[in-house]
Amino acid sequence: MQTARIICPNGHLGFAPLKPESFALGVAAGPDFIAADSGSDDVGPGPLGSDTSTSPLAWQTHDLEVMLLAARARGVPMIIGSAGDTGSNSRVDLYVGLIRELARKHGLAKFRLGYFYSEVDREKLRAKIRAGDAIEGLDGREALSEAELDATSRVVAMAGVHPFMALLDQGADVIIGGRSSDSAIFAAAALHRGHAEGLSYYLGKVLECASFCAEPYGGKETVLGEIVDGGVHVTAMHPGQRCTVASVAGHAMYERANPYYEYVAGGMLDMSQCRYEQISDKTTRVTGPRFVPAERIRVKLEGAAKLGERYVGMAAVRDPYTIAHIDAAIGWARQQVRDRFGETGYELHYTVYGRDGVMGKLEPVKASAHELCIVVQGVAPTREMAEELCITGTRQLFYARLPDVKGTAGSVAFALDEVMQASAAYRWSVNHTVAVDDPMELFSVHMSEAGL
Amino acid sequence: MQTLKLSELAKTIRSKNAGVDRITFDIIFRDARTYNAVRRSGAVSRDAVLKLYGLPAARLTDFVEFDAACAIKFTIARERPSGSPGDPDIFGAQQYAPLLDVVVTLPDNEAVGPTG
Repeated sequence: MQTARIICPNGHLGFAPLKPESFALGVAAGPDFIAADSGSDDVGPGPLGSDTSTSPLAWQTHDLEVMLLAARARGVPMIIGSAGDTGSNSRVDLYVGLIRELARKHGLAKFRLGYFYSEVDREKLRAKIRAGDAIEGLDGREALSEAELDATSRVVAMAGVHPFMALLDQGADVIIGGRSSDSAIFAAAALHRGHAEGLSYYLGKVLECASFCAEPYGGKETVLGEIVDGGVHVTAMHPGQRCTVASVAGHAMYERANPYYEYVAGGMLDMSQCRYEQISDKTTRVTGPRFVPAERIRVKLEGAAKLGERYVGMAAVRDPYTIAHIDAAIGWARQQVRDRFGETGYELHYTVYGRDGVMGKLEPVKASAHELCIVVQGVAPTREMAEELCITGTRQLFYARLPDVKGTAGSVAFALDEVMQASAAYRWSVNHTVAVDDPMELFSVHMSEAGL
Repeated sequence: MQTLKLSELAKTIRSKNAGVDRITFDIIFRDARTYNAVRRSGAVSRDAVLKLYGLPAARLTDFVEFDAACAIKFTIARERPSGSPGDPDIFGAQQYAPLLDVVVTLPDNEAVGPTG
């Protein structure tokens, strides 16, 4: 069987730049693939809804350039999943364009550039709903309704290994993927080399966040994973980091509700019988992962719905009497907004830092600090309305009428007597799965050439 | 009898999104002895977590004792999806703080040295 040595330099390419020193050590270790995930739903629904990246273009370009040059110099495939944070079509096109530009800039010899799209036409989902094939909710959500579908600006499907493997089969040297499961990016490479499913998916699982599976803590450092004699070996490349039993097992539970089971399009990775063994200073060996194929494939969908334009204001309070009655002061400002704009058709949010700003209702500490900062968010259908809404909701804190306040010249302090335009407000409207008969049904693959 | 704060016993205490509708909490111990002692103390149980965060039982979606990583892990349903306007913690990364001060009482035969 062919080896499948994979290095991963970044757990979310573009979000912060990779560290070149450990990447160079990884490249020197002789990988068969250089791969990274570039997406996350952690960044909130805004980027998907507005079809933008939250990562700066300069950092996206930096990491693609470093990885491309290393992959072409070694003649091994480079694989990227969930291009540009969201994996929408425009983000795939952006990365494909960057790869072409970088190839020209460095005079790289001609290579095969494959890519696939993950956006899903809402009408396709509507047809499934009408055919009685429910778009089932995840994490306690109801099945997707047509009304929610109509409210949704953009939907992406989470690819499994299938489009990556199709492009590897076609001889792709570089793959730019739309939205995909993190682990599938790496699992596809190992499966393409003929390795068993359980080990391949586990290899993907452990590599997806790069050095988050190593210790001491330090992100964006390269790790090397490979399948050796029926086990996954994972090795930290940074001279000061190690992959230990604790760090590797600990990573299995990172960002997921259950540390034993990982669901991807096509089945479930069962890590409940995994055994971890330190086999050298920097390397841990894992055996026992199993892959359980799904009876019918369900693909995860993500979608964002626009709520409106948004402005943000800030106000601060030092008077202990006002602090003790801050809800009344906010109530006054809310009432002024209601008097002007009515009861509905907008959102007005107050976050009170110094009391429960970070945790809201989950905050167990009931004592307020000696000063508060209040962040006000106004969301409305138009920019003009959002601005006036937010100004009203912020400035009226200054005029709050509290019965026994001594300071009658102004109830709050302003660092800025203005409100600021923020990104439009979105919400995650789709966190669901859809059944498919063909795992490629929602993904279209394309092959092209780049270089000279 | 030994009384320590959870922050003195655990190596890592963290919270993070688990998808867009959930926040998951990890309490990771340096060794199996400490992990088992805390587990047996009952200081970090389903009920203790519900009480600490003031949550109804339905909001606690998972509670797992993960021996391979010497970790106690639990997951809660968010009040609204991450990144909705008014959500103060898009990544869910700062919701663990109340766990730091949870008081753990260990019997003498399970007393451990603080790990700092």
